[in-house]
Amino acid sequence: MSRTRFWRSLDELAGDEELLAALHREFPENAAELLDPVSRRRFLELMGASLALAGATACVRQPAERIVPYVRQPEELVPGKPLYYASAAPRFGAAHGILVESHMGRPTKIEGNPLHPASLGATDAVVQAEILSLYDPDRAQVVLRGGRITTWEAFLATFAALISEQERRGGAGFRLLTPAVTSPTLARQLQLLQQRLPEARFHAFDAAGRDNLRRGALRAFGEYVDTCYRLDRADVIVALDADFLTAMPGSVRYARDFADRRRVRAGQLEMNRLYAFECTPSPTGAMADHRWSVRPSGIEAVARAIGSRLGLAGGAPALPEGIGEAWIDALAEDLRARPGRSLLIAGDAQPPAVHALAHAINAQLGNAGETVVYIDPVAAAPVDQLASLTDLVAAMGAGQVGALGILGCNPVFDAPADLDFTAALASVPVRFHLGLYRDETAEHCHWHVPEAHLLEAWGDLRAWDGTAAVIQPLIEPLYDGHSVHELLAALLGQPERDGYDIVRATWQEAWEAGGLASAGSASADAAPAGAPVAGRTTGAPGVGAAAGPGNDFEAFWKRSIHDGVIPGSEAIPRDAALRADWDLDPGGLPEEGSPAEVAAGRDPGGAAAGSEPAAGQAGGAESAAGQAEGAAVEVLFRPDPTIHDGRHANNGWLQELPKPLTLLTWSNAALLAPATAERLGLANEQHVSIEVAGRSVVAPVWILPGQPDGAVTLHFGYGRRRTGRVGTGTGFDAYPLRTTAGFWDAPGLVRRAGGRTRLATTQHHHSMEGRDLVRVGTLEELRATGGIDVPGGHGHPPGPAESLHPPWSYEGYSWAMQIDLNVCIGCNGCMTACQAENNVPVVGEEQVRAGREMHWLRVDRYWADRLDNPETFFQPLPCMHCENAPCEVVCPVAATVHGDEGLNEMIYNRCVGTRYCANNCPYKVRRFNFLAYADAEGGGVRQLGRNPDVTVRSRGVMEKCTYCVQRINEARITAKNEWRPIRDGEVVPACAQACPTRAISFGDINDPDSEVSRLRAEPLHYGILTELGTRPRTNYLARLRNPNPAIAGDPAGAAVARAADSVEADADAAIARDTDPADTAVAPALADSRGLP
Amino acid sequence: MAQIFHPSTNTISRLTIFGAAFVLIGSTWALGVITRSSYVNQVGVAREQPVPFSHKHHVDGIGIDCRYCHTAVEVGPFAGIPPTSTCMGCHSQIWADSPMLEPVRASWRTGESLAWSRVHDLADFVYFDHSVHITKGIGCDTCHGRVDQMPLVWRQHTLYMEWCLQCHRQPERYVRPLEEVFNPRWSPPPDQPARGSALVREYDIERLTSCNTCHR
Repeated sequence: MSRTRFWRSLDELAGDEELLAALHREFPENAAELLDPVSRRRFLELMGASLALAGATACVRQPAERIVPYVRQPEELVPGKPLYYASAAPRFGAAHGILVESHMGRPTKIEGNPLHPASLGATDAVVQAEILSLYDPDRAQVVLRGGRITTWEAFLATFAALISEQERRGGAGFRLLTPAVTSPTLARQLQLLQQRLPEARFHAFDAAGRDNLRRGALRAFGEYVDTCYRLDRADVIVALDADFLTAMPGSVRYARDFADRRRVRAGQLEMNRLYAFECTPSPTGAMADHRWSVRPSGIEAVARAIGSRLGLAGGAPALPEGIGEAWIDALAEDLRARPGRSLLIAGDAQPPAVHALAHAINAQLGNAGETVVYIDPVAAAPVDQLASLTDLVAAMGAGQVGALGILGCNPVFDAPADLDFTAALASVPVRFHLGLYRDETAEHCHWHVPEAHLLEAWGDLRAWDGTAAVIQPLIEPLYDGHSVHELLAALLGQPERDGYDIVRATWQEAWEAGGLASAGSASADAAPAGAPVAGRTTGAPGVGAAAGPGNDFEAFWKRSIHDGVIPGSEAIPRDAALRADWDLDPGGLPEEGSPAEVAAGRDPGGAAAGSEPAAGQAGGAESAAGQAEGAAVEVLFRPDPTIHDGRHANNGWLQELPKPLTLLTWSNAALLAPATAERLGLANEQHVSIEVAGRSVVAPVWILPGQPDGAVTLHFGYGRRRTGRVGTGTGFDAYPLRTTAGFWDAPGLVRRAGGRTRLATTQHHHSMEGRDLVRVGTLEELRATGGIDVPGGHGHPPGPAESLHPPWSYEGYSWAMQIDLNVCIGCNGCMTACQAENNVPVVGEEQVRAGREMHWLRVDRYWADRLDNPETFFQPLPCMHCENAPCEVVCPVAATVHGDEGLNEMIYNRCVGTRYCANNCPYKVRRFNFLAYADAEGGGVRQLGRNPDVTVRSRGVMEKCTYCVQRINEARITAKNEWRPIRDGEVVPACAQACPTRAISFGDINDPDSEVSRLRAEPLHYGILTELGTRPRTNYLARLRNPNPAIAGDPAGAAVARAADSVEADADAAIARDTDPADTAVAPALADSRGLP
Repeated sequence: MAQIFHPSTNTISRLTIFGAAFVLIGSTWALGVITRSSYVNQVGVAREQPVPFSHKHHVDGIGIDCRYCHTAVEVGPFAGIPPTSTCMGCHSQIWADSPMLEPVRASWRTGESLAWSRVHDLADFVYFDHSVHITKGIGCDTCHGRVDQMPLVWRQHTLYMEWCLQCHRQPERYVRPLEEVFNPRWSPPPDQPARGSALVREYDIERLTSCNTCHR
């Protein structure tokens, strides 16, 4: 497949001169300079002092150190050797199984639990970053009453009185607000509380909740069911605005199953095929073999079109612009050809109608029970959360709420704006809040109780498939934290019960009753009328085996905690029968439809056909008026890819982690399509005012190729007013635009606003001069020719193969890494894993702008072809550990040298900071400590979380990926102690370990049977910039796509304006227009959309 | 016009020039001496400890094996300093009232750890692992000296990198049979080079001199 060019940004595509100049600098402007002005006098002072003190540093004796042994040493502990404990972390409301590394009682790293079905040993970036939150000194530390410090005991005393008073009134007026309850213990406690206070009401709300999924299930089946996908069984997958690879409960597992079907190896040339219709670009779309940008209003039309071709009644409305009928024909044909092996996934943000359609189409294709597994809801007492919250606000406004507990959520910040939660809250006489931070909600409550971090307290959680796991603490609460279970116990009048007893009691009860799968979720009002218990067998078979007569609970409990999975607790697949009137009829709305849904103007069916042309017009005809009056757009609200709904805002790792696709850090932005920006004459970073239903916010623009024209994506979660020093005040708050009616998307207006915010993006940092580093081919091509066509190499002649020096022979191990681009989903999980493992510091927004971010491993994002819907590629780039490393020969102090096993070693204590090595590195993988970043992160509590096996680097020292040499050494020592060689797969670098798709392999290339050796023999294997003669040890497997031949051609009816245009034409046009002031077209959008100063 | 400089200036300036060279060389030499002095590297300086624990008495006198207290030496990077419970295993019975042992009993009563002075302290950027050295036949006293002869422990060797490298480059000079690793009285036989070389082959000892072996 011939591609003219890969590009990293619009500027690069347009050949922007300033950008090119910036790229030709070795370091971004200001990265290498002292930013503060220095006077001549000051300079002389500093030089004089340096001279006088030079050498004096060497005269210091080592400070005396103390060794403080235990009084009674725990039996299992070997000093200096970490212990691993299984636990679980919440992710999208469901459990993600983790193993936590603990050094002498200090948790230092989170890894995936191989036994847990949601993890299989992998984690994503957010779960990794929980460790930093544990040591966050900004977490709430004390119980507050009216903002003044008080004690837990005072809280207990007050609430004992309050509860006994409530008890007399039956609990009328007592309300609790929690996120969706996926903890069986919490569910049990709420049930007990309900018995004690029969009139009390419990509400649930998540800002990124899954109401639409529930409503869709209700509409399709008449009851709540959860949907799990079996991607390992699916040959053809259609994602309807569903980012199932990174943004759903169970994503990590989905990514693994998906990737396992895309690992193309010699003799195994099979791949699944993914079609994605997306409202905003996501990693799932980047992995798709066919991707289309569709405005939210168009997704339903697409779903109906697919449905009607597969024989569902209801007719097919007109397709959204840019999608050819023939393509949908081909797609439907592809689906039809694989009954039971295909899969439609609807995204959480899609309206219930789309979910119902997906259920119906899956049923039609015979996928139910095959690739789609229905289970009883994982959340206990699932409710329509928006209705629940609306209900609560109404009750508060009416003065019916006497006491409100807000446990672990932040509605003052993230509740829909039209509810005016904050105002209603003020009328509640007693309000208490449990939270990790003294956040916006805490400010509006009488009582605030610091919540214990998940590594500090006992708990339990169910995964997306129902599997329960016990959360076990690794450390006593650092601050005065209490878990939600302890707080509930206090409300139940048992303040003396500790978390362990409470959680254990839940499972003892469940075990004795023989129903682990249903423990906790069997509350009477768990589901609406006719709640489903059909299809469930009480007493799961798995439990029978584990808990049969004669077995004791103690053994079962210990096993459960040890493994991090409670055996037999997974949900049992059930049937879900499609209602006869599940309703394709555009007019009919099922009775369950909430007011919100009706108000959203998204009445199923009608809307698709109706609003589509309107939005289309908005895109085109109004453009002239656009600048003054504002252009009508569809505004999308999505949780932020890293800080989610705002809960992780104070986590520096997540703030600094470049967001997939935009590569923005420390901020959100209004994401616009290039065409939209062009029409409005907007450039990157310029401010726009976005107005939805009378409310408006001002946001900086970020032009994102692949964004549908006429749709603006706002990630919510930023703009925190109160969280901590890291998160407060970063980005802008999108919640004021979010209403119950327009919860996920809403019609709005975009107009220019004055001003500009400089965003910190990493998309041009460490550029490798635009050489084609990603190689792409198609499966067909590979099958036909046994390889892929690499157009033109890099335009460089191959480097000389011969050398004056004799080749070095590696007698022992010879380490190498292999990265499979075909399964890398660009989730950036590896980056956070590397940061946690290697004590990589956070540098802050200002420093990222200066190009000084310290990530040892970066994931480059490349685009190719069309501007409006580019192909997207990810390329993780750690150190290449070149055999002929250009960095080594230029170091004047031999601080970077070659090791006996092929590693390019970096010796911090030799480094004097000349930065010649970084200058000479063609891959741009070296990072320099321009400032004392590690110190700036703070000593004290932060130090507890550092990996003791890796040096913390100081200012003026170069650093880079070491292939996790501490792990190599540990494996070597273990192997030597056991008198055997290191086994293949025994050394797993942090990036490879975290990777959800196992894209990264590491091992010994001297061993011909090792995984890396085998991968190096693959036809897709290649190294980058090999023409320089560097002989990199980190190599890649090329990316493959598996397009549908019926679509790959240029089908009639393809209405995408730019589809036929080549990249060059686009770029040329942009430059041409740049010279013509009359035409505002692409020029400003391209020329000013700089990510660089 | 009188001469500005007296003839003696010639001598003074010559002396100054040569003197400067001597001062420079002298101070460099002095710096070298100081750096290698026991003032800096603490070789041979016995450390005060909260309890004057005598290895000589316990090892040489009573015959307790190193691993009775340093339990992790064969399995972990640190040899391990015994918890108070190990001391109290004997000293709740023997010398149970000795005033010298009051800090130990206090630790046992209160749960407060004893804080020992660290004698062998590598730089923080060096990562050393006891277990693998033990596994491969390096005796305790190769690095720690005759601890069984020390009433209070001192540092026997400088712990400089050049000192580590002596052995990492020529392990045959120091390696001993595995059964002798914990025997402080073992001394190299006259034919150590030959025996050592045989052991290096037998134990598959690598000459690990890459920087990353210890620095990471």
